[in-house]
Amino acid sequence: MEQVDVGLWGVLIAILGGAIRVSTPFIFVSLGELLTERSGRFNLGLEGTLVFGAMSGYAVAYETNSAFVGVLAAAAAGACFGLLHGWICKFKGVNDIAVGIAMMLLGMGLAFFFGKPYIQPQAPDLPAISLGWWSDIPQLRAALEVNVLFIVGGLLALAIAWMLRTTRMGLRLRVVGDSTDAARAMGLSPDRIRLLATGAGGALAGVGGAYLSLYYPGSWTEGISSGQGLMAIALVIFARWNPINCFWAALLFGGAGALGPALQSVGITEGYYLFGAAPYALTLGLLILTSAPDRAVQGAPLALTLTK
Amino acid sequence: MTLVAQAEKPAATAARSFIGIAPRAEAVVIPICALLAGFALFSIFLLMVGKSPVTFYQLVWKAGFSSAFSWQNTLSRVAPLVLAALCVALPARLGLVVIGGEGAIVLGGLAAAVAGTAVAGMPAAFGMATMAIAAMIVGGVWIGAVGALRIKRGVNETIASLLMAYIAIALLNHFVEGPFRDPASLNKPSTVPLTESLRVGDMPFLPSHWGILAGVLACLFAWVLIERTTLGFAARIAGDNVRAAQVQGLPVGRLVIGFTALGGAFAGLAGYFEVAAVHGSANASLIAGYGYTGILIAFLARHNPLAILPVAVLFGGFEASSGLIQRRMELPDATILVFEGIVFLVILLSEALYGRVPIFTAAYWEKR
Repeated sequence: MEQVDVGLWGVLIAILGGAIRVSTPFIFVSLGELLTERSGRFNLGLEGTLVFGAMSGYAVAYETNSAFVGVLAAAAAGACFGLLHGWICKFKGVNDIAVGIAMMLLGMGLAFFFGKPYIQPQAPDLPAISLGWWSDIPQLRAALEVNVLFIVGGLLALAIAWMLRTTRMGLRLRVVGDSTDAARAMGLSPDRIRLLATGAGGALAGVGGAYLSLYYPGSWTEGISSGQGLMAIALVIFARWNPINCFWAALLFGGAGALGPALQSVGITEGYYLFGAAPYALTLGLLILTSAPDRAVQGAPLALTLTK
Repeated sequence: MTLVAQAEKPAATAARSFIGIAPRAEAVVIPICALLAGFALFSIFLLMVGKSPVTFYQLVWKAGFSSAFSWQNTLSRVAPLVLAALCVALPARLGLVVIGGEGAIVLGGLAAAVAGTAVAGMPAAFGMATMAIAAMIVGGVWIGAVGALRIKRGVNETIASLLMAYIAIALLNHFVEGPFRDPASLNKPSTVPLTESLRVGDMPFLPSHWGILAGVLACLFAWVLIERTTLGFAARIAGDNVRAAQVQGLPVGRLVIGFTALGGAFAGLAGYFEVAAVHGSANASLIAGYGYTGILIAFLARHNPLAILPVAVLFGGFEASSGLIQRRMELPDATILVFEGIVFLVILLSEALYGRVPIFTAAYWEKR
């Protein structure tokens, strides 16, 4: 394809394309964390789940030669991690934040342990859909190569919003998340609902990881995630526990992550590492702006330890 | 009848004497049992991947604790691990889970190296003190900011500290590859190497550099601060119940900022010793993961500064044996990470046992 000179627009187009590409794992992990947090629990271990999902997805895709089987395997592995987290947190006196830290270590440890043989071979990629057919500008076309999982993530955000608002399941999740006692009074089992919500959250984080290794950057390495899982957790707070907001916030974070490479592509290489830190700084900045002293953050599930 | 009563008396007093000891014994016995359970679970993991747990623990003994050389390897890791664990334990006594000590280590090391080039020609004692203080100030400000954000803005300290660790690593990479790069460091961008007079040497009679003494002193200081001063008493009240502390008029905000800053200063000091005693300049080797192992050590020690020392020696030994285990057992380097993850989970799970095991309760011994 012939490059068309688009000047500084190139940076914006690159950021747009980068936002779409980079945001997908954010969408999945943040939706997973949202489900868990709406049930009143906090899973800090999704960073580890993301990395293990990336490894298991890649390994299974390589062995079966099917990227979609890989995604399913990553979801199953993520669900196992989530269920383990949910089971441990069931016991009285166990701190869910500390368990999350341990799960993060364990998830990364297991991923690196079993992932060694899969660093070299090439697994099949997930397919992308071209949404840029209407444009003549090749850069824009390249930017609008949208992966299936991005679209699935968007639909999932809508589905979860609908589920929380209108279904019996969503109501139960919200009751458990707001008051353990009220849920018990209604005859619900808070532990079981939280276990399932944490398991579902883990499965989504696993899919987010599979996207990393099977599409962008598209191979399994030990440095595949640099805190995306963690940023996605912060993103849920910024999105005020609303699935639709999660989607937009994920796009914003993706754009921030794409800033460094986009500037590099037009020849600005000064301060490469500092631009690399932009997503973390943005996350921290947004956390500072959206948190407030002496009162629970608006929209936070009341039973969540995070805001106590 | 009187004879029977007399005969029963000594037994009853013996049982009574356990009333005071039992809850204290709980704090020792449960972590040790949990640690052993973690070892057992990891052994099962090794068996499942077709490796021998016996060989594993033999190699840990051999590489971590069996000779002067292996002790040197272990102790060189103990200093940063102890200081990193204090960075978790001090805020934890106030109820804060700060896990970004790695950031303070990295930036403390960078600050020490930069200060080291600035004081190169001056007397060694002054230069060393300047470097250590620079590292402690940078580390203290970095983690103290986490405490300040928590108090002033209600920002979750766990997420904030970990995000700041990523930012710290980016800053280190930026500075050692940009403004502070030694043009002579080709393959591995580093700051200018320290002059020989500013390097920290080995201690007499111990196969380790002076950092270990700093670690021991830091633990003692932290223990006295928490257990024997009014400040520590206030901090423990605030850690148990923030509202009660506020009602009592305790300066919770200043306590939180002070304890997080002190923890950060200790982590920064770990960075200083890594630069001045181990690497000789600041470079990517500072990102060694001590901050993360420190979290595990602090939790295993139940945030008790004195317990941190033996636990750090144990895990220093495990990490020192990593290389030998990789070569002899053909296991990946992540083996230690899996081990630590499993032990950590079991330790946390054991928290559910406190107050639940009958023989550790005073009530059990009162009935006797």
